Amino acid sequence: MAQADAGALDQNASVEPTGRLRTADGRPLKSALRRAQRRRKITAFLLVTPLLVFILGFFVFPIAQMMWRSVDNPQVVRALPNTLEALQTWDGQDVPGEAVFAALHADFVADAERPRRDQAMGPLAVRLNYELSAARGAISRTSRQAVNFEAPYREAFLDSHRLWGQPELWRIIKREGRPLTSAYYVAALDREFDADGSIVRRDENRRIYVQLFIRTILMSVAITFLTFVLGFPIAYYLSILPMRYSSLLMICVLLPFWTSLLVRTSAWIVLLQQQGVINSSLVGLGLMDDANRVQMIYNMTGTIVAMTHILLPFMVLPLYSVMRTIPPSYMRAAKSMGATPSTAFRRVYFPQTLPGIGAGGVLVFIISIGYYITPALVGGQSGRMISNEIARHMQQSLNWGLAAALGTMLLVGVLVLYWLYNRLVGADSLKLG
Amino acid sequence: MALPAYATTKDKVWYYTFRVICYAIFFFLMAPILVMIPLSFNAQPYFSFTREMLTFSPDGYSIRWYQDFLTSPSWLRSIQNSFMIGIASTALATTLGTLAALGLSRSEMPFKGIIMALLISPMIVPLIISAAGMFFFFSQLNIAQTYLGVILAHTALGTPFVIITVTATLVGFDHSLTRAAASLGATPTTTFFKVTMPLILPGVISGALFAFITSFDEIVIVLFVAGPEQRTIPREMWSGIREDISPTILAVATLMVLISTLLLVTIELLRRRSERIRGVTPS
Repeated sequence: MAQADAGALDQNASVEPTGRLRTADGRPLKSALRRAQRRRKITAFLLVTPLLVFILGFFVFPIAQMMWRSVDNPQVVRALPNTLEALQTWDGQDVPGEAVFAALHADFVADAERPRRDQAMGPLAVRLNYELSAARGAISRTSRQAVNFEAPYREAFLDSHRLWGQPELWRIIKREGRPLTSAYYVAALDREFDADGSIVRRDENRRIYVQLFIRTILMSVAITFLTFVLGFPIAYYLSILPMRYSSLLMICVLLPFWTSLLVRTSAWIVLLQQQGVINSSLVGLGLMDDANRVQMIYNMTGTIVAMTHILLPFMVLPLYSVMRTIPPSYMRAAKSMGATPSTAFRRVYFPQTLPGIGAGGVLVFIISIGYYITPALVGGQSGRMISNEIARHMQQSLNWGLAAALGTMLLVGVLVLYWLYNRLVGADSLKLG
Repeated sequence: MALPAYATTKDKVWYYTFRVICYAIFFFLMAPILVMIPLSFNAQPYFSFTREMLTFSPDGYSIRWYQDFLTSPSWLRSIQNSFMIGIASTALATTLGTLAALGLSRSEMPFKGIIMALLISPMIVPLIISAAGMFFFFSQLNIAQTYLGVILAHTALGTPFVIITVTATLVGFDHSLTRAAASLGATPTTTFFKVTMPLILPGVISGALFAFITSFDEIVIVLFVAGPEQRTIPREMWSGIREDISPTILAVATLMVLISTLLLVTIELLRRRSERIRGVTPS
């Protein structure tokens, strides 16, 4: 023990001239500090780990998986491996020859031998039906008969369903016979493949989504603008009032903020519908004929009014917190130097509120662009937004690939805006009530 | 801010116009919520004021919609579901979120920016996209249409609020307090429960309340992930509005407004208390 100590002392003495500091147990101070630092880093990280794992597993992964669906295309490859191989030499013009139909027959026979829940023809029928609306019928009818087909297969298939005689179906099979597809994005942008395989715009009457995206953006801009017009004066008023009064009036902003979304939406239904409070009051006061009650809800007006009301607090709160920090002496100084009140407001006060306007504006815009509930309840046909279309493809048309493509486009848009918001104000400055 | 003595007529006109405009906007904010309260006592199944109601005749008013609400098995079940899912997801979100906030507010935390962005993301991503993702994922795990699925989904949505409120409380946190505790011989666990926890408790509670109201009010995830067994109050209101719209919804809405008022008051009191014990001057 004593020897060891002596040794350590010796060693100490030997490095002393280089000036390295050591801790009590003889390790260099630098590395001891580094170790302690690393341990603290690990502790900090361990505290975050449970939530990080949870969010990655139950939030980020499911969304990534959903986005994957927008390009994932396993159905054709799984169901028709032989056909795809035979189609490699096909010129893409006329109905393919006997060799391809023999391969198709082989694929149908192979599928019939698989256990029921592994069968690939059902998913294939659904997949091809997105591209060609009669395809589901053709495949399900043929798959019942195909096992009993005899050569020549070409005639047998053509007898079974006329669609097998259409080059268009074969072009789709060849085009979608790859594990990844762009078809859902092509459809989401109102485009389609023509006979040469190039992407063209759809017929006028079948274009839906681009217009819907534009409408969603326009409605969100309108809602953001309205919340700004309504939010700016009251945020300003709240910021100049003494604390006692402003806390009281703040309730008028915070209570709607805290009230259930469905409660607020149903409140607007109560007010705006044809038998509702506003129409009945106007009729009761004799200002309007009972026969001409105005339709104010289940259309775009209803959506915009209700959403402006719902999102107004998200504009007022950031504006208010910025305005509160603007010293009133700046305005007084401007006026004392001869500025008219409007000039002082325009050149001195307003520029200082811009961070609040930016924060509130981006926040309201981000929320409204992905809004689902209110448009679904009060939007009717003309007040639909892109989220409603995503929900429709999820729940009714069951075209999940298209829903995923639309959702991915929406998500990318929102994330870009959020990144902008972050650059503008920083995420941790999000104020809650 | 009263008018100064030297105000011109133009100043006066502007002063009063501005106030009228402001009160009109406050009216726009409050009126839709307030108008439902008397209408929920309507004796008739209408959404407008009847003649009896306007003349304040007692016949015009009744509590039948409240009775309807409190005796209907589906509504009662939805109350039970809402509270159960809300409390379970709040407990989970508060625990996970507080731990993470403690880690995130340490200066040694590596990759702070990106981790914060990931953890806040449930608040940013449009609900319809989260709902779609969880719908597919939970179906694969066989927890779609179960309580567990809804609770886990609501936990994910609630954690950002806990992180934000708790990190905000930790901003003014004096770390020499924990060092003092450690130097006096307290173990890290003792330090946490005896020193840190009491100081950040207001932030934790208000984060928990935010997480609770998020779950309590959430409908999009419920529409996609929950089954008929897990219908919550908002889910019942949703079908009430879409299918048979009756003033029962207004009775429910009035009670919900009461609940949100209570929560609002609690959060405000907590915020003030937190500022007081941390010595931050109220802003």
